[in-house]
Amino acid sequence: MDLNLEDWRLAGNDGQHRGRPLAIEARGLVKRFEGFTAVGGVDLIVPEGAIYGILGPNGAGKTTTLRMLLGIIDPDEGTRRVLGADRPHDVAHAIGYLPEERGLYPAMKTYEAIAFMGALRGLPLAEGRKRGKVLLEEHGLGYAIDRQIRQLSKGMAQQVQLLGTLVHRPRLVVFDEPFSGLDAINQGRLELMMRAQAAAGTTVIFSTHVIAHAERLCDEVAIIAGGRVPFAGPVDVARDRIPAQVRLETRAGDGLWRAALPADAGHAAKASGANLWTFALPGTGVEPLLRALIDGDAGITSLSIERAGLHDAFVAIAGEAAARALADGTSEEQR
Amino acid sequence: MSSATPRQGRLSTVAAAMVIARRDFLAILFARSFISFLLAPVMMVGVTLLAGSIGHHGNAGDASSNVGIAMRGADVDAMLAARGALAPRMGDALPELVVVKRLAAGEAFDPRAALKSQQVVLAAVLTGSPAAPILTGPVARIAAWQGPISMVAARALGRGPTAYPDVTLARTVTSAADTSEGRTVTAEAAQTLMFLLTMLLAGMVLSNLVEEKGNKIIEILAAAIPMDAVFLGKLFAMLAISLVGISVWALAGGLIAVSIGGAMPSLPAPAVGWGLFFVLGVVYFSMAYLVLGSIFLAIGSMAATVRDVQTLSMPVTMSQVLVFFFASYALAHPGGIAETVAMWFPLTSPFTMLAHAATSPALLPHAVALAWQVLCVAILVRAGATLFRRRVMHSGPASVGGKRRWFRRAKA
Repeated sequence: MDLNLEDWRLAGNDGQHRGRPLAIEARGLVKRFEGFTAVGGVDLIVPEGAIYGILGPNGAGKTTTLRMLLGIIDPDEGTRRVLGADRPHDVAHAIGYLPEERGLYPAMKTYEAIAFMGALRGLPLAEGRKRGKVLLEEHGLGYAIDRQIRQLSKGMAQQVQLLGTLVHRPRLVVFDEPFSGLDAINQGRLELMMRAQAAAGTTVIFSTHVIAHAERLCDEVAIIAGGRVPFAGPVDVARDRIPAQVRLETRAGDGLWRAALPADAGHAAKASGANLWTFALPGTGVEPLLRALIDGDAGITSLSIERAGLHDAFVAIAGEAAARALADGTSEEQR
Repeated sequence: MSSATPRQGRLSTVAAAMVIARRDFLAILFARSFISFLLAPVMMVGVTLLAGSIGHHGNAGDASSNVGIAMRGADVDAMLAARGALAPRMGDALPELVVVKRLAAGEAFDPRAALKSQQVVLAAVLTGSPAAPILTGPVARIAAWQGPISMVAARALGRGPTAYPDVTLARTVTSAADTSEGRTVTAEAAQTLMFLLTMLLAGMVLSNLVEEKGNKIIEILAAAIPMDAVFLGKLFAMLAISLVGISVWALAGGLIAVSIGGAMPSLPAPAVGWGLFFVLGVVYFSMAYLVLGSIFLAIGSMAATVRDVQTLSMPVTMSQVLVFFFASYALAHPGGIAETVAMWFPLTSPFTMLAHAATSPALLPHAVALAWQVLCVAILVRAGATLFRRRVMHSGPASVGGKRRWFRRAKA
């Protein structure tokens, strides 16, 4: 199942990926806590300007991986380069980070909170205040400029923190589970904002266990399960790892054409007398299959070929256990 | 939003620390609870005055220098007259004579019973006659009064001098013995003041990271700047708050001193002079605060809740008392190994060196000590930050802001 990451690197062309400079290059990251291996050898290659998703069930090692990339904790093994720097804090001024658990000082006013987050990244306070007010106005929160964080709703506070993440105009933005806690409208706004960031050349990395967001947004994804990365690469490649599914309906129930169907094809006889077949598209493609069905008088009444979604790919790659955790939707706190 | 190259650059550790310090300083300064903080010493002084007042009332009936006298009437009168004549020359050396009973001729009197009596509280009882006085009481008391009572009795008998030549007093500023002893008093006073201030103020650092952990802000800070800078910034902020508090209290104390006009006790001048001593006092207080604070901050950072911090307060306070005791012991044993150890041990070094400034004019040791203390602060901050990153910043939301354990197992 493990993917050879060398497929995704240009051999001998360090710091680039398909001709694009790298925002992040991590190799063999390992992190252990008191004998427990949280991350057991993660490789990540993220080109600049990409929207990159890190997918995985709860407890897979996503947050630990992001924290190592950001320098919050150091890996026990492996190397990381972030925006060309070996020490992430050296380029902290060019990084924005929205952690999974949102937090702001409750007594701060909104624009001060944004300015403070910018100041932590080297943006002068006066400039941060100015930009903070502009950002609040631009995002429909102008009426809350002078309000304290404690006076805001949870969703508004999250928006303020998001603006604080972007106020210093970073080249790399890292979001840890950015959609959690947001309603559908704000999730849509966040997706738009992420796309706008990427369009402006900013690299956007986010972790999620909601595959739909990654499928809509990402150029590439890494799937983390059990502290490892069984897949990293373009979304299309992930999908292609699962064969397309064929749904075939025939009048005939048997004939020579049956030899063209896989041996494990599912079969159901419908009340109308028709036969429904479901199976993975054979590696030879759809044309030989069609030819065999027509030549064998199968009596095709309907035929559909469905390409696998990222969710199916994720389930297949991350494994059934991960899929169960995903379906449960159990939070890390509960776990 | 444009993603143009940012104007800003990487923050140095000190610059990053100042961002934290500024936020914390202003947040505390403009918090309502800061007023309570400023009033805390006023309450302390109030409690002290109240306790002193109670003690004073308790001592009002104290008869620690009262000697009861029970003799024949004429003898009593003669003894009282003799004491009155000697009192202007001997002052406090003479005990107060309280008439217990004027005895008739041949009347018996039990001095031990009189001492046990609750009606008149006496330190000793004088019986017999001026020619053969008997002083009954605890040995420590009667031994001290044996001489003075003997002189009073001699005077009562009409013996001894009746006129006394005046002794002219030729004053000097001080003597060698006086200077040394006086400076030690100044050193003790300075150490005690510094101990009280650090005890009052350094404990606040314990709970300093609880807010960040509770508000989940710690991860944002840790991602943006080195944890050393977070620790250092918090220490700077708390030190600045402490200095603001001390300034306010000193101002209030000065106003009180001026208003009561010269009634304040004065201390002998320290060896380095008052000006430099004051500067060194501020510097050594800052170093003591930073050294203690860096340890307390690291300990407090392991606490997940305010309750944990409260539990930690007692051992932390006791450790401060131990530090003070050791520094006091070193002061009482100058030139010994205890003083040398106290000068080098990071926690006692500021206290010992401040005392040293009071008793010795040499300045070079202070330069060395301050360099050493700065190094110790840097090491302690780095160690605390590293410990925090390793033990607390594990993974998952629960490990940062959780409330289950100080040292919790990671969940990825």
